[in-house]
Amino acid sequence: MNFTLHVWRQKDRKSPGKMEAIAAKNILPDMSFLEMLDIVNDDLLAQGKAPISFDHDCREGICGSCSLVINGRPHGPTRGTTCQTYMRHFRDGEAIYIEPWRAKAFPVVCDLVTDRSAFDRIIQSGGYVSVNTGGAVDGNTLPIGRETAEKAMDTSACIGCGACVAACKNASAMLFVAAKVTHLGLLPQGQPERDSRALSMVTTMDKEGFGNCTNQYECEAVCPKEISADWIARLNRDYIAAAGSPGE
Amino acid sequence: MNAMLAPVTTSIGKKALMGVTGVLLVLFVLGHMTGNLLIFAGRDAINEYARFLHEAGHGALIWVARLGLLALFVTHLALAILLKQENRKARPVRYVVEDTIQASWASRNMLLTGLVIFAFLAYHLAHFTLGLTDPDTFKGTYEPRGKENLEDVYQMVVRGFQQPLVASIYMLAQLTLCAHLWHGAGSWMQSLGLNRGKLRGASKLMGPVIALVVLAGNSLIVLACLLGIVNV
Repeated sequence: MNFTLHVWRQKDRKSPGKMEAIAAKNILPDMSFLEMLDIVNDDLLAQGKAPISFDHDCREGICGSCSLVINGRPHGPTRGTTCQTYMRHFRDGEAIYIEPWRAKAFPVVCDLVTDRSAFDRIIQSGGYVSVNTGGAVDGNTLPIGRETAEKAMDTSACIGCGACVAACKNASAMLFVAAKVTHLGLLPQGQPERDSRALSMVTTMDKEGFGNCTNQYECEAVCPKEISADWIARLNRDYIAAAGSPGE
Repeated sequence: MNAMLAPVTTSIGKKALMGVTGVLLVLFVLGHMTGNLLIFAGRDAINEYARFLHEAGHGALIWVARLGLLALFVTHLALAILLKQENRKARPVRYVVEDTIQASWASRNMLLTGLVIFAFLAYHLAHFTLGLTDPDTFKGTYEPRGKENLEDVYQMVVRGFQQPLVASIYMLAQLTLCAHLWHGAGSWMQSLGLNRGKLRGASKLMGPVIALVVLAGNSLIVLACLLGIVNV
């Protein structure tokens, strides 16, 4: 298969970027999108040109490193991560537009690589439970109902890739924060800090320059881990309750 | 953190305030429509209703309502502009190719439809409240059988909507309002954190249902006058 790629090229944080047309030749249908880029980069290197920079790590859909907005959709045409998107999902000869996550809070470092450390700072501000370390507690010391455990598991599936921000018309990080706040807030260990967690994670989110949620749910439509926007309602609920509570 | 300031300083607070002001405005729109449908009950019915509104609480209630509505409108609009500015700033470089998966046209154009509604509101007040745009048909009084004089809102409305240009402006405003409510009349539930489980389905339906009810109710009045079904 052959494709014409239109790739965002940007030398560094400060330089302005632009789209550049690059040919992708002799691509096999069962190659992943990232493998296709590897081939293209080999060609570019052979021609003495700078390869396309992009983030990747595990390449099995669990680490959250890969990104890329492909033809206007974060992680491409299929549900799942870019590394799990295969070239058979595209038509031979198709023009494919590849852009980085676009958000003020995720500045472009080089080409398609963005700095997603804003997410780390949100986690640092409250995405944890404070416990005294010591001997490991027995497995069933804290009984948790099956339904609650399942919901906590669903929200903990967030890999922090940032596709929700990339897809949101306002570059809002609400789905990410909702998943993180809910995952801990559903479990007994997360209760003592439930209010302060919601308050400080939302405050950090605002400070990092993410936009506001306008309830359009583009985020849940692209989330590779299928995290529901219902959790955003729960975050709103938690936040409003915490902001209104006399202790805060 | 200062809980008093949260509604204007934080993203979730601003959205919650948007939701509260929005839902109160939706209630006003529904009440306004229901009252105005009295036009189908005849001249006396709607004129009595108009008098009731003006005289309730010795004439004080209408001013409470007017000032309350003004506060709601101003808050809702100011927050909308502020949120839009913040959202624009959150993505300084736009996508070259941007796809939309499930965000409705209505949800993506809330500020536009809101501003059109605001402009219409100014015209609507100038027309029926202040009598500036159409002074010839503005109110006037008449004497219903066996009763004291009543201001004739009925003839003002009917004669107003008998003019095709005026009727078109109102119809256009109704379509815009319908688009605005399509997203807004259900979305407030998410902003206030009320969506959970089956309620999400209900809130998804609520917007379009309220939007269509309001469109149907209000358009009925305009079209009935324009087509001469309701006549002076």
